[in-house]
Amino acid sequence: MPTSEDYKGQVPAWCPGCGNFNILSTVKEALVELGIEPWEVLVVSGIGQAGKLPHYIKCHTFNGLHGRTLPVATAAKLANNSLHVIAVAGDGDCYGEGGNHFLHAIRRNPNITMFVHNNQIYGLTKGQASPTTAQRTHTKIQPYGVLAEPMNPLALAISQDCSFVARGFAGDQDYLKELMKAAIAHKGFSLLDILQPCVTFNKINTFKWYRDRVYKLEGEYDPSDRLKAFERSLEWGDKIPNGIFYKNERETLEEGIPAIQEEPLVRQKFSIEDVKHEIEKFY
Amino acid sequence: MANTVATGAALGILDLGLEAFRNVIRKAFKDKGEEVIKDNIACAEAGYHYARTNCPRCEAFGIREPEYRRLMLIDGVHAIGMGAVMSGCKFYSGYPMTPSTGILDYMASRAEEYNLVVEQAEDEIAAINMAIGASFAGVRAMTGSSGGGFALMVEGLSLAGMTETPIVIAEMQRPGPATGLPTRTEQADLLFVLYAAHGEFPRVIFEPGDPKQAFYLTNKAFELAEKYQIPVFIQSDQYLADTEWTYEKFDLENIIYNDYRLREKDLEGIEVYKRFKYSSTGISLLAIPGEAGKHLVVADSDEHDEEGHIIEDSETRIKMVQKRLLNKLPLIKKEIEPPLLYGDSSPKIVLIGRGSTYGVIKEVVDTISKDHKVAMMHFSQVYPLPERDKFDYIELLEKADLTICIENNATGQFAKVMKAETGFEFSHKILKYDGRPFTIENLKEELHAYI
Ligand SMILES: Cc1ncc(C[n+]2csc(CCOP(=O)(O)OP(=O)(O)O)c2C)c(N)n1
Ligand code: SF4
Ligand SMILES: [Mg+2]
Repeated sequence: MPTSEDYKGQVPAWCPGCGNFNILSTVKEALVELGIEPWEVLVVSGIGQAGKLPHYIKCHTFNGLHGRTLPVATAAKLANNSLHVIAVAGDGDCYGEGGNHFLHAIRRNPNITMFVHNNQIYGLTKGQASPTTAQRTHTKIQPYGVLAEPMNPLALAISQDCSFVARGFAGDQDYLKELMKAAIAHKGFSLLDILQPCVTFNKINTFKWYRDRVYKLEGEYDPSDRLKAFERSLEWGDKIPNGIFYKNERETLEEGIPAIQEEPLVRQKFSIEDVKHEIEKFY
Repeated sequence: MANTVATGAALGILDLGLEAFRNVIRKAFKDKGEEVIKDNIACAEAGYHYARTNCPRCEAFGIREPEYRRLMLIDGVHAIGMGAVMSGCKFYSGYPMTPSTGILDYMASRAEEYNLVVEQAEDEIAAINMAIGASFAGVRAMTGSSGGGFALMVEGLSLAGMTETPIVIAEMQRPGPATGLPTRTEQADLLFVLYAAHGEFPRVIFEPGDPKQAFYLTNKAFELAEKYQIPVFIQSDQYLADTEWTYEKFDLENIIYNDYRLREKDLEGIEVYKRFKYSSTGISLLAIPGEAGKHLVVADSDEHDEEGHIIEDSETRIKMVQKRLLNKLPLIKKEIEPPLLYGDSSPKIVLIGRGSTYGVIKEVVDTISKDHKVAMMHFSQVYPLPERDKFDYIELLEKADLTICIENNATGQFAKVMKAETGFEFSHKILKYDGRPFTIENLKEELHAYI
């Protein structure tokens, strides 16, 4: 069985007090509790403070480009569907630069997990508005405040029938761990949006701000009801629900591809002898 | 069936016999059953006999009944696709864009038979990042597009360069800028593909002259991409993509396949696996994540250390640039074959071409060689330019009176590359940028100005 020690990576270069530390230690605990060994998991990340996460744990890592986690993660899963594939990105990375990939990952439904460190700001580039920054928030680049309305990633995902949609909070690690475990265990594309205070550049959405507002979806809440889930995903402001909003175990991308039904692509031996007859088709 | 009657009649007018056409009908309607075949053959015969009885025999084209041989018929995109399949490519991602779509079509049509994963991406950015993701995860991967789509892939190209992820990219040119002439041909993306992407990393560009070269060069592209862990381009254009050529055969004995991907047993004895371990060749062991025992595979688009983790210090940076780029370059250059010389072996006139102008330049050389000491110098392995030790092509060019570079673009891009890389300047250029391929007639006409 793996231990936390097995997942110990480099020393994080985040600001002291950043919500990312909580997410980092929770990811490790979730993986350990699920009994997943470091060599069985691939973390694909983008660029941003969130994107540095895989350097701070120990597992297979592809830290690619800003916004491009999902195409890499999806294809890696298709090439080797025996790996657990987790994509990690910031709100700017996943919902802004990579917004198109997000929509299409929901449609394709690969069996991968998406953790979005949603700090409602661009942390790494020092405090510009992200797609989830509240309207009228002032930044250096938005002197009149952000004019656009914030995006609602959960509502968007539910509207597109995303296979698993949840929200957690970096300030409630016990619950976050349960959500992470459920997201990883879920078969299909699972989105876990994590409220992550950025203590340096987001002075509005602080630990306290979130703590005063978050609450758990009730025990009797039924995540299979899509309309209800959509309705609850619209709640934001004084009350912010956390939990699994929606679950629909539909066919995964991998299940629809004949080539990988018996064995992962990566284990299939190639021999030129097996394909030589292709040439006959051109006579 | 009207088509069949008409074709039969045309054969009748030309007095060419019907046997070949009967075979074509049998093949074309194989799936539709005997009945359909019989009826169509009857139609062909009816048309044929009508023409033989009622029309004068047409002498106009000097066409004679050929000697029938069993030949291959293949165009550029199919040759590239088949080259990929026979090189062990297992993953192809792309977004439709003429004239590259044929490769995506072909790969999808073979997915079931050869266990390939073929994905239509949401855009070209996704397409290249998917190919990189699949390759990182351990399978041979390829993507393709035309210039506009490749423009979107450029950051991904740089990612392949930084993470040393093997990848083959087909860049099928059409005339630009922007949407340009979507269904026409041009060779105006050479400098773009050569300089695309920020930062410095090795790349190789092949430009096949015909489908046979396209087949072998695609195979070589995979070999070099995997061996050196670099992006390799098959650059071509609409003209070659869609032109069908006939061949006796492709010699499949010449296909290269070396598996450079390492699994658990290949890594025995290695204490700590480091994906980017420094080496004199610049090549580090390429392990498959999850198939390499407990070894971990880490790659980063940030500058990184030997293990693949993000760094900032200048010492590591320098060593990584040396490893990734400077150590590999001379080795890669040695892999590049010299240009093909066709015609006179010490020519006074040299017609230089690359890529799809191969056929037309060759024919022009044939037609003028009785009056001139002329040769074609054709480059299909365009970048890096070949070394001069196997064939000193620069010396040959220097000895000629006329060196005419023939390109399907407005500025002579290959001539610029040649000047920049070797210092040699062609004496003349013949350029065509109307979106159409050269024909023998117009090339000969242009040549009249010089010879
Ligand atoms: C193509 C590209 N554009 C811009 C950047 C610069 N950049 C890096 S991270 C980032 C935004 C970071 O915000 P987010 O994704 O929310 O991550 P955070 O740092 O907040 O965790 C930007 C704009 C980049 N690296 N690549
Ligand atoms: S800038 Fe914000 S998100 Fe980045 S490390 Fe500091 S606190 Fe965390
Ligand atoms: Mg952010």
